[in-house]
Amino acid sequence: MDAVSTAPALSADRLSKHFGDRVAFQDVSFEIGYGEVFGFLGPNGAGKTTTVRTLGTLLTPTSGTASVAGLPLTPDNGVEIRRRISIMPESPGLYLRLTVLENLRCFADLYQVPTATKRIEQVLSAVHLTDRAHDACGALSKGLRQRVALARALLNDPQVLFLDEPTSGLDPVAARGVHDLIDELRQRGVTIFLTTHRLDEAERLCDRVAILNTTLRTIGRPDQLRDELFARTLTVRTAVPLAAPDRVFGSVTGVSSWHENDLTTYVLTVDDPTQAAPAVTRALVQADADVLSINPSHHSLEDVYLELIDVPAGQP
Amino acid sequence: MTVNPRLVRAIVAKELREFRRNRSLVVGMAIVPIIFSIQPLVAVFTLTTSASEPLRHEHVLLYMLGIPALVPSLVASYSVVGEREQGTLEPLLTTPIRREELLLGKALATFIPGVVVAYAVFGLFVACVELFAQPGVAAALIHPSDLIAQLLFTPLLAGWSIWVAIVISTRSNDIRVAQQLSTLASLPSVALTTLISLNVIDVSLLTAVITAVVLILLNRIGWRVASALFDRERLILGTKA
Ligand SMILES: Nc1ncnc2c1ncn2[C@@H]1O[C@H](COP(=O)(O)OP(=O)(O)OP(=O)(O)O)[C@@H](O)[C@H]1O
Ligand SMILES: [Mg+2]
Repeated sequence: MDAVSTAPALSADRLSKHFGDRVAFQDVSFEIGYGEVFGFLGPNGAGKTTTVRTLGTLLTPTSGTASVAGLPLTPDNGVEIRRRISIMPESPGLYLRLTVLENLRCFADLYQVPTATKRIEQVLSAVHLTDRAHDACGALSKGLRQRVALARALLNDPQVLFLDEPTSGLDPVAARGVHDLIDELRQRGVTIFLTTHRLDEAERLCDRVAILNTTLRTIGRPDQLRDELFARTLTVRTAVPLAAPDRVFGSVTGVSSWHENDLTTYVLTVDDPTQAAPAVTRALVQADADVLSINPSHHSLEDVYLELIDVPAGQP
Repeated sequence: MTVNPRLVRAIVAKELREFRRNRSLVVGMAIVPIIFSIQPLVAVFTLTTSASEPLRHEHVLLYMLGIPALVPSLVASYSVVGEREQGTLEPLLTTPIRREELLLGKALATFIPGVVVAYAVFGLFVACVELFAQPGVAAALIHPSDLIAQLLFTPLLAGWSIWVAIVISTRSNDIRVAQQLSTLASLPSVALTTLISLNVIDVSLLTAVITAVVLILLNRIGWRVASALFDRERLILGTKA
């Protein structure tokens, strides 16, 4: 068990997958620890699903190496890896003629779940579908099918859970339910590899995110990525233009530079907004300025994403 | 490689449930045996006692072996390509099941109903002959050796045609093409049993035994070949047809 907890739950080293001439993803490297929720972001066709399928032993990588749930990703380890992980694919792929219960029963048997009946009850209640257990899957809405697929992925209590856009097509309440479930799984130490187009979701749920567009563009904590990419700023608005802005801002410690956006808006580059803001306020009061507002800059993960996604591969 | 019976059972159970709720499949499994039995039943019922006498040395009943050669292959041809078209193959392949186990489960799931239908239709046919044909006709038609041959060759022919159909299903991209090719592939078996029943081909005990052994081997080889041709990657990527 010790070996398991020190080794990464999931790692890739220069992993690539090509379909003939088309590159699905190239030179992807990362390490994900046990219990981490890892967001995998990228535009359509970036290679997210292909990465999930490759790590999930469904596709053979063209080059590079990887380890999944503590095992090297090799054809010989396929069965054992699949025992330790589960994948909720992009489309649910349920047997529509069978009921929810029958679908889950089949997969519980395929995973050799010891107390299948009890486990099925647990996963059904985890996705709030207990009352639909006896409905044919063909009679369920898209969102409900999605939840059955999620329940199915929980059956074997996986060490690593791959979720390929789990909340696409879910209503806000159901999406919140999935988010809560992911939080709960994280607390139980399940490693989650989450692909999503919803940046708010990634920002809220993920310990770290990677941004992929065929090649990996960046990887890190959402707040760390923001800091790396965007200078921290304070925006000061005044009622009338300052007489001598240079004198006011130039002397404040923690302000490294400033510029005027328009006559009454000043953008200050600061090291730490929480320390600089009170000092700037004092300086403005001393200068008798009519201050309307002082705001720290806010960059979302979306800004990071949009900034990075168009950078051609190979550039920092 | 050891086969895990629980995984195979899980597939068989799932498949049988799906078949039961697939009306077109049930109708398909019923129609072929009906077509196969109408002509011989009419022929037997109109047969007079004296006209049946020459049939003592023929194997009329073996004509019914066309049923196990044809019926299960109709269903088996659907097995892999059908899952692909429904989009259910990907989740299935994310589980720890091996392709050998998956295909064995699929084969058994068509073998069981296929053989049950074949035996049932044959049993009904024999019963009808015994009960309703002219006196003496039953005795002329029904020989113990033919009954044994029917019992033995029904599962062997069913198994063989199932493996051929699964191989076709594994490699094709379209359900209808798979079904047509599988039917085509069953025709040699049907032709052979028909020619034997019409006494065009003469059989002895020895040729029967050799044929049985060959069919047993072919069944083993069929499983191997189907498993070897089952290419995860191609099957997953081809889903977006
Ligand atoms: N079966 C296939 N054959 C050839 N190319 C494929 C195949 N499947 C995917 N690709 C290509 O691989 C690349 C990555 O596709 P992938 O499905 O992994 O993207 P994705 O990031 O999951 O996109 P989305 O956000 O739309 O789900 C795309 O250029 C796609 O066209
Ligand atoms: Mg995708």
